[in-house]
Amino acid sequence: MSDRVAVVGAGEVPLRPLSPRQSYREMGFEAATRAYDDAGVTHQDIDSFVSVCEDFHEGTSITDEYTPDQLGAVLRPVHTVAGDGLQGVAAAVMLIRTGIADLVAVEAHCKTSNILAHEQVLTMALDPSYERLPGITPHFVAGMEMRRYLHETGAPEDAVAMVVVKNRRHALSNPVAAYGEVLSPDDVLASAAVCAPLREREISPPADGAVVLVLASEEAARRTPKPVWIRGVGWASDSPWLAARSWGQASYASLATQMAYQMAGIAKPDQEIRFAEVDDTYAYKELQHLEAAQLIPRADAARIVLEGGTRRGGRLPVNSSGGSLGMGYCFDATALYRTAAAVRQIRGEAGRAQVERAATTGTQRGLNQIEDCEL
Amino acid sequence: MDPRQAPPYVPLRGHPLTDDEFREREASTAWAPRLEYAWDAGIAISRFLEGLGQGAIYGVRCRRCGRTVTPPRAFCELDFKPMDEWVKLPETGTINTFSICYVTWDMKPLRVPQIPAVIEIDGTSPRVGFLHLVGGVRGRTVDQIRRQVRVGMPVRAVWKPPAKREGAITDILYFAPVRKRA
Ligand SMILES: [Zn+2]
Repeated sequence: MSDRVAVVGAGEVPLRPLSPRQSYREMGFEAATRAYDDAGVTHQDIDSFVSVCEDFHEGTSITDEYTPDQLGAVLRPVHTVAGDGLQGVAAAVMLIRTGIADLVAVEAHCKTSNILAHEQVLTMALDPSYERLPGITPHFVAGMEMRRYLHETGAPEDAVAMVVVKNRRHALSNPVAAYGEVLSPDDVLASAAVCAPLREREISPPADGAVVLVLASEEAARRTPKPVWIRGVGWASDSPWLAARSWGQASYASLATQMAYQMAGIAKPDQEIRFAEVDDTYAYKELQHLEAAQLIPRADAARIVLEGGTRRGGRLPVNSSGGSLGMGYCFDATALYRTAAAVRQIRGEAGRAQVERAATTGTQRGLNQIEDCEL
Repeated sequence: MDPRQAPPYVPLRGHPLTDDEFREREASTAWAPRLEYAWDAGIAISRFLEGLGQGAIYGVRCRRCGRTVTPPRAFCELDFKPMDEWVKLPETGTINTFSICYVTWDMKPLRVPQIPAVIEIDGTSPRVGFLHLVGGVRGRTVDQIRRQVRVGMPVRAVWKPPAKREGAITDILYFAPVRKRA
């Protein structure tokens, strides 16, 4: 029996700042319908379902109770992962590789517009006894991390601004992105200080959406029209002791990518990876994550970004989907939107967002980086 | 075989807990979350709530399995197909199950109990009722109420006055037992 796993279907609804017409269930149904159609399967063909959601984001507790209907999973095996969307993908990979399931659907959705005080939810991520500093936006954690990153690497703030410019522009070519626009670095640098050095436009804006992926064993994938093989997955979490983190470097991301590269047999990521979708919840994180993933030598990300090396036409296209800065940040659904974008790249179906050489016969290598544990 | 007689129901004892009784004297950290949500009800539930505001209970019928359900949904969760054949349902139904509750959600004793129930609205398919309250029942004790409320009993919606309705499930105050159907 083969232990290869493929993404065989992807479906999503367009990300939007508001989505008053549809409930999250209705959005999820639309995404699942598209994903199953894309894979050429029905809901009855799926053996197991994984939904990625968190109670505080939903405003209901025991949120896993609310996930089966919109996936066609009533009275079927379903479980919830309260973490990153990619941890849901990893769970599906394990279900398939252990032989428990041949077809697994992974779902995540986000109704950020329904949370009236999201910063309260973010604040509650901090330890209640010694980290919830009164009255400060929790983005301060990102402000401190960005300060240390700039300090250690000497990266200029222009490079951080350029990440925003690039991703917002990339988003213009992605029909599911919510925040495509043409900006100059000066527009970004002129935006207000939120937690300096972090500026307003360097924080990805929230968006509502729902996304479903279908994963398959090799045997099941062979019966579907467009399998994209997952060669490696990895994940790692930092410690909850905020003050003891390696603020300048994304240690968790380096460990997660090493785990994925090892599984995939990738020895030289900077030469073997053709394009990357990496977390850019905050603009500086894209630089930090590219270095952690060994796609760019340490402290070199700023220069390469400023030279245009990570644009869609550059040597290493990064976040050609628009990233979170351009698509919108949708909590745990973010990584699944990006995985769906990577799948379309590898299939050569990305339209105006298509990266050259992403879709070639033979080895197909995209990177969708798992990162965890950051605000 | 003789059914064993269960001992009679006795009322709960005790009194509402004070703040002091809640808090222990050891060092602790308190945090009052300010979590606020405004949920988009969506296509199906929006229309249901609008209907309640007008004194009507709406349902939808699945063209595939033929089930009629309320509260309505945009898709049949069993067939995974859109559900868009709307039907206006009667305001009568049947009690599937119920409980007689003597404690509030924040642990205060209730002398007059609340009676949450699953109501299967007439015209819907079996086992697709919704959760509501049974009211219009005299008495306080389990025995008094059980003489008036039974599984399988017909009930009818008692509505808020039209001017006070707001398009919410609480526009129906409760379902009251009926002796015979209209
Ligand atoms: Zn049906």
